[in-house]
Amino acid sequence: MDVLLLSRVQFAATTMFHFLFVPLTLGLSVLVAYMETKYVKTGDETYLHMTKFWGKLFLINFAIGVVTGITLEFQFGTNWSRYSAYVGDIFGSLLAIEATAAFFLESVLIGVWIFGWKRLSKKAHATAIWLVAIGSNLSAVWILIANAWMQSPVGYTIRNGRAELTDFAAVVFQKFAVVKFIHTVSAALVLASFFVMGFSAYHLLKKKQLDFFTRSFKIGLGFGLVFSLVVFIMGDLNGVVVAEKQPTKLAAMESLWNTTERAPIYLFALPDQENARNKVEIGRIPGALSFLVKHDINAEVQGLKDFPKDERPPVLPISLAFKGMVGLGTIFILLTGFGWLKRKKLTESPGYLKLMMLAVPLPYIAIQLGWLVTELGRQPWIVYGLVKTADAPSPIDTTQVLFTLVAFTLVYTLLGIIGFTLIIRNARKGPKLAPAEEAQ
Amino acid sequence: MNLQTTWFLLWGLLWALFFISDGFDFGIGTLYLFLGKSEADKRVMINAMGPLWDGNQVWLITAGGVTFAAFPTVYAVMFSSMYSALMLILFALIIRGVSFELRGKVDDPRWRGMWDGCIFVGSFLPALLFGVAFANIFQGIPIDQHGVYQGTLFTLLNPYGLLGGVLFVLLFTVHGAVWLATKSEGELHDRAAFTAGALWPVLLVVAVAFLVYSRFATSLYANYLASPILFAVIILTVLGLVGIRIYLAKGAFYKAWFASALTIMGAVFFGVVGLFPNMFPSSLNAKYSLTAFNASSSPLTLKIMLVVAGIFVPLVLAYQLWAYLVFKGKVREEEMMY
Ligand code: HDD
Ligand code: HEM
Ligand code: HEM
Repeated sequence: MDVLLLSRVQFAATTMFHFLFVPLTLGLSVLVAYMETKYVKTGDETYLHMTKFWGKLFLINFAIGVVTGITLEFQFGTNWSRYSAYVGDIFGSLLAIEATAAFFLESVLIGVWIFGWKRLSKKAHATAIWLVAIGSNLSAVWILIANAWMQSPVGYTIRNGRAELTDFAAVVFQKFAVVKFIHTVSAALVLASFFVMGFSAYHLLKKKQLDFFTRSFKIGLGFGLVFSLVVFIMGDLNGVVVAEKQPTKLAAMESLWNTTERAPIYLFALPDQENARNKVEIGRIPGALSFLVKHDINAEVQGLKDFPKDERPPVLPISLAFKGMVGLGTIFILLTGFGWLKRKKLTESPGYLKLMMLAVPLPYIAIQLGWLVTELGRQPWIVYGLVKTADAPSPIDTTQVLFTLVAFTLVYTLLGIIGFTLIIRNARKGPKLAPAEEAQ
Repeated sequence: MNLQTTWFLLWGLLWALFFISDGFDFGIGTLYLFLGKSEADKRVMINAMGPLWDGNQVWLITAGGVTFAAFPTVYAVMFSSMYSALMLILFALIIRGVSFELRGKVDDPRWRGMWDGCIFVGSFLPALLFGVAFANIFQGIPIDQHGVYQGTLFTLLNPYGLLGGVLFVLLFTVHGAVWLATKSEGELHDRAAFTAGALWPVLLVVAVAFLVYSRFATSLYANYLASPILFAVIILTVLGLVGIRIYLAKGAFYKAWFASALTIMGAVFFGVVGLFPNMFPSSLNAKYSLTAFNASSSPLTLKIMLVVAGIFVPLVLAYQLWAYLVFKGKVREEEMMY
């Protein structure tokens, strides 16, 4: 085992772990802010209890999101120093902007929100959580711009033996960054909606606090339906941009080996990297891929055989992850669409409620699969077409990395268990209501 | 002043702001097991940092981010050569951060005891290791011409490095004790005030020892001797140090806290000014040293970042100050959320 492999595993493990918590932060901050605004506007105490109940779950999740983010900020230096020195002129500034423009906002205001119930007016207090939500989502903007740049480097020139910035606006406003941001943030809202719906369903099935949880469920449902559609549409656009900028990734997603006109999509395919073909192909839809990415069923799509073997990403995990994500995306639309039809008589549909309870992990899975597609699909490049991952790691010795990898695995496993146990336990306990409302 | 020099000073400023703001959190965390005699004391101590620590910690992320943006080579070489030390700090910060939120979530003394330990380790270790790291930078790090580190974690644990670590721990514990005194009442308040007073002479001795030792272990004084006006930095630091003692004696804890903030600012700038233009000097050969000039970003990036910093740093300082003012005064029982 070498530093490269260990660093890749460590980076993958730590970002994926960070991103178990980030989406709920991004999405639930918005939902909680919405609930508190409703409270300020209507004066209805139920919304206050909602804010506090979902807010408490939000905070446990938030704490783990914050602490796991700090490691990532420094890992570019510790583990990818050659990468950092080479692209820092562009990439570093995006991370620095993220910290100054976004992290401060969310971290300062979260303190104000948690502790400020008695010290601020109702309006100011609700504003605090909105600023937290804005700060969190702004941080997503900047980190995703940084990630988009690794997928599709723009606005730079090679000078002094490194990549130097020439056009800041080109970096910030490139198409990839825009679709990535909307797709990811909508995915986070889907996750938060399913979270709220799932735990509400649990209580509705127990026939506890029906009013509280019916209303919570409906808030989740509204957001969930809208953003499941947005995720789907933006996902399609994401694919179009990938086709334009990263032909190898697109071909891997659809396990397409030969460059073809009227390129098909397979409902299922089992690629064989070694022999550059598919062992199994089921459910061929001719022209579908051409249509999806070029909006013309006869268009030509490049296959992997056009590229040297050592520039092809690992097709099997990418294609399966991609199918999984799209499949789940379709299921989310069906689930929320069905819920919308049933929205008036939720308590009379125990089967549906059970389904929604079981569906809570699904958006988590879809989101992880999405990042796997994105990041594995970028291989073997760390910056697509510019720097190979193999040329990026720090010149450090293996034992150090092995040691921290083991430590991360232990610490994060514990944190994950503790975090999710506490979230689930508190979610099951339900809100503290006045006795009169309990009876409802 | 040219772009690189401006950024060099800003870089120092960001580290100083981090040590001033999160420093008192580290200090309170370090004293936590010693001053927190009862559950009530402990909760006051945690809640004295409660609304503020997260925002304070972002100064670290910003200092790191700005190192990356303005001096990418320094970011790359510094953090990879101090790999183990930095990772230890990060693990410590992880357990500290979650402790605050999770400690009160289960009502069981063993559970709380576990997080109590984490709060101590998660505060003490970073305080110590940041000191060790900075003292080693002052002294020079064994990096070769490719920026490859030629030592181990234990290379950093030399006498001067360790003295730096002790100095930081003392600076932060005094800083934290004073902050706690402003936030607490009754016995806990008295204990905090007493601790600040009792640690002060120790801090004085260690600070003087550090200043003297620096004369032999580092070449920091070269810049001071070249332009003696710079000695003002050291004088301010000493004034801050004396100020702590005076205000403590008067029971003026907020003023004592500002004096201690000045001391920390001075301590950081003592090193930063002495280093200039070095940022990560090599102890093997001065030619391998990373400086503000050979390790910086392109002028365009530096300019853009200057605009960003010019807008956001004052803005952040303003709303952070506002947050401090919102939570002014003693910790109130009914407002303890942790
Ligand atoms: C799409 C969104 C997104 C993505 C891709 C990432 N993060 Fe993150 N990060 C967040 C969204 C976020 C957040 C929602 O803003 C968090 C989670 C909890 C929180 O407080 O902020 C956060 C926290 C967080 C923190 C702590 C901030 C604080 O103390 O307030 C740091 C330093 C990072 N992240 C850094 C990173 C790095 C270096 C990443 C890339 C490898 C990364 N994050 C991926
Ligand atoms: C938060 C969601 C993210 C997840 C789940 C994720 C996942 C992964 C995975 C699985 C890998 C390993 C790929 C491999 O080595 O085969 C990886 C590598 C990497 N990712 Fe991400 N990533 C995320 C976000 C980001 C962002 C936002 C950035 C940059 C701004 C980034 C930068 C990197 C880098 C530098 C590597 C290491 C080099 C490499 O292996 O290519 N990642 N990530
Ligand atoms: C429904 C159809 C969907 C399509 C067509 C789609 C398409 C895509 C594509 C092409 C990528 C890769 C982009 C890249 O490599 O840069 C991607 C990434 C991603 N997807 Fe999806 N997706 C869909 C559904 C979902 C769902 C339901 C979720 C989660 C709830 C999700 C979450 C993500 C995430 C987090 C990423 C990584 C960030 C990014 O690169 O944008 N996607 N998606």
